Amino acid sequence: MNRIDKTFEDLKLKGEKALVGFVTAGDPNIPDSLKIITSMCEAGMDILELGVPFSDPTADGPVIQRSSARALEQGVNLKDVLEMAQTIREHFSIPIILFSYYNPIHAYGIEPFYRDAVTAGADGVLVVDLPPEESDEMTSCELSKDLPLIRLFAPTTPVERMAKIAESASGFLYLVSKTGVTGSDGLDTKEIGTNTESLRSVTQVPICVGFGISTAEDVAAVASVADGVVIGSAFERMIEENLDNPGLPDIIGKKTREYKKATK
Amino acid sequence: MNTNQDYNQFVSGIYPDSRGHFGPFGGRYIAETLMPAILELEAAYTRFSSDPGFKEELNSLLKKYVGRPTPLFYAKRLSDHIGGASIYLKREDLTHTGAHKINNTLGQTLLASWMGKNKLIAETGAGQHGVATATTAALFGMECKIFMGVEDIQRQAPNVKRMKLLGAEVIPVESGTGTLKDAMNEAMRYWVGEVRDTFYVIGSVAGPHPYPMMVRDFQKIIGIEAREQIMEEAGRLPDMLIACVGGGSNAMGLFNAFADDAVEMVGVEAAGKGIETGKHAATLGHGSIGVLHGSKSYVLQDEYGQIKEAHSISAGLDYPGVGPEHALLKECKRARYVSVEDTQALEAFQTLCSLEGIIPALESSHAMACAMVEAQKSSKEKIILVNLSGRGDKDLDIVFSELNI
Repeated sequence: MNRIDKTFEDLKLKGEKALVGFVTAGDPNIPDSLKIITSMCEAGMDILELGVPFSDPTADGPVIQRSSARALEQGVNLKDVLEMAQTIREHFSIPIILFSYYNPIHAYGIEPFYRDAVTAGADGVLVVDLPPEESDEMTSCELSKDLPLIRLFAPTTPVERMAKIAESASGFLYLVSKTGVTGSDGLDTKEIGTNTESLRSVTQVPICVGFGISTAEDVAAVASVADGVVIGSAFERMIEENLDNPGLPDIIGKKTREYKKATK
Repeated sequence: MNTNQDYNQFVSGIYPDSRGHFGPFGGRYIAETLMPAILELEAAYTRFSSDPGFKEELNSLLKKYVGRPTPLFYAKRLSDHIGGASIYLKREDLTHTGAHKINNTLGQTLLASWMGKNKLIAETGAGQHGVATATTAALFGMECKIFMGVEDIQRQAPNVKRMKLLGAEVIPVESGTGTLKDAMNEAMRYWVGEVRDTFYVIGSVAGPHPYPMMVRDFQKIIGIEAREQIMEEAGRLPDMLIACVGGGSNAMGLFNAFADDAVEMVGVEAAGKGIETGKHAATLGHGSIGVLHGSKSYVLQDEYGQIKEAHSISAGLDYPGVGPEHALLKECKRARYVSVEDTQALEAFQTLCSLEGIIPALESSHAMACAMVEAQKSSKEKIILVNLSGRGDKDLDIVFSELNI
């Protein structure tokens, strides 16, 4: 069984939901980024989303835009991100999802990307700006079977479309909590509940909800309806506020434990 | 792609296909949140654009509000001065608001109104598309927000004031390089949040399908008129078409009507401070294939797929992407793309001012510079038709400072 499926099965047995943490790889630099991720893994995070920095992140709010810019200032590219994934894999069995815009993968080359991502020990790939209408260019690659494309669903996705997209989905489904970019305010847990139920009516694949979730209370509320909760901008905000603080990995670790507790 | 058969296929007007692809280019590379809105837009455009009532309303406004048809002018003094081919100018600078941009914003605003949407957003670089959108928003009584990079706000100050005067809210974009690409990023981010009741008026033949097709269709009036006018004036088709290319809407609007004709097409990109300096916006000439702002086309990028900063004296050409249909025209070798430096564009600007009494936009000055070179190489019997896409009033501050006037 692959690492993603095993994670959800183990969590189900324990009666817990998945805590999915997103960080931009290489923010503020590669060594510190690895320390932060290590701290998150040791604190009980269930799934890692490793963000590939991109110059034009159109689906992201200011916090992740700035984190991406900091990583790019360090010259971090997709090759570095794959090397980071490999380093993490050497120490942890946590599922690693590569989270990217399409252009860096396109520039790397689809085949080389799959080959190197699988070798590095990644478990899935999520491409923000690659809807099912365009994803053939990735899924037609033979190697893509070893690295499922994590499908995105939005509050604007009609249920018939949800069913069609879910047909070919594996790993888990990423349900965007609201219309808007990452890190925007105003979580409507009632709407999330309704959307999660709609999606669940058409699939057996686990559902993780992300965008705009920042407090332990948010996590608990979302965890009560979904199979997993994604935190991104909230972690990046902590990184940004503690760029010169040597205690940053511990701060992130402490917060991760707090979030994890809320998924139990 | 380079076979004669594909060339013929292109001519027969089969692009884009039902998925919005222009051969290997185009498509819809966008966040899932926007997909339903894009599909709705495509369905609405397909339905209304063939509705006789819609066409009648659009044509009437193009005539009575925009001032179409725009004239085709034989630039005799310029042609004589160069001593080569005859140069004809398609005077899009004479439209209401002073550039071809309004052909498209009028079409999209009318479409928004037929779709029952009354909030418009748009990105702008030079400010021409922003002004044109603010104008048609006022005409239809719609709410309008224009996203504009802080760098462009500074260099196109008069247009910012015009947009405000027309009732639009101008939202300064500080992220990235503060230019057109960042304004487009920010407009897309805003749209993701407000997609349910907001219509995004994209200003060029770029962006996700159906925009490249829709904007081309709204702009093809330029070529349709120019083709009729040159037939009437010269009794034959031109030998060459020349238009500047940033995103590529004025060029596509001119080229489209001549697709089946034996007429050479030349797109002129901005070479900025010189290709060798890296400070240019020659996306087709010196970029590579990638995905930016929702479609696959040529982009300026590094080896890792990070988008590079473009540079041009002309804000409207200062864009690291280009419309996917131009990428196809390049691939099929149906059109040829060249580039012109800032200094050459400035010279052409002055030449047109002094010889013809026409102040061209700096964007259009790139096309003029190319036309002068091509005319010189050609015999007197040849005809070159240039799209004078806009007037230069908005650029006067830059020109004065560059020329120390």
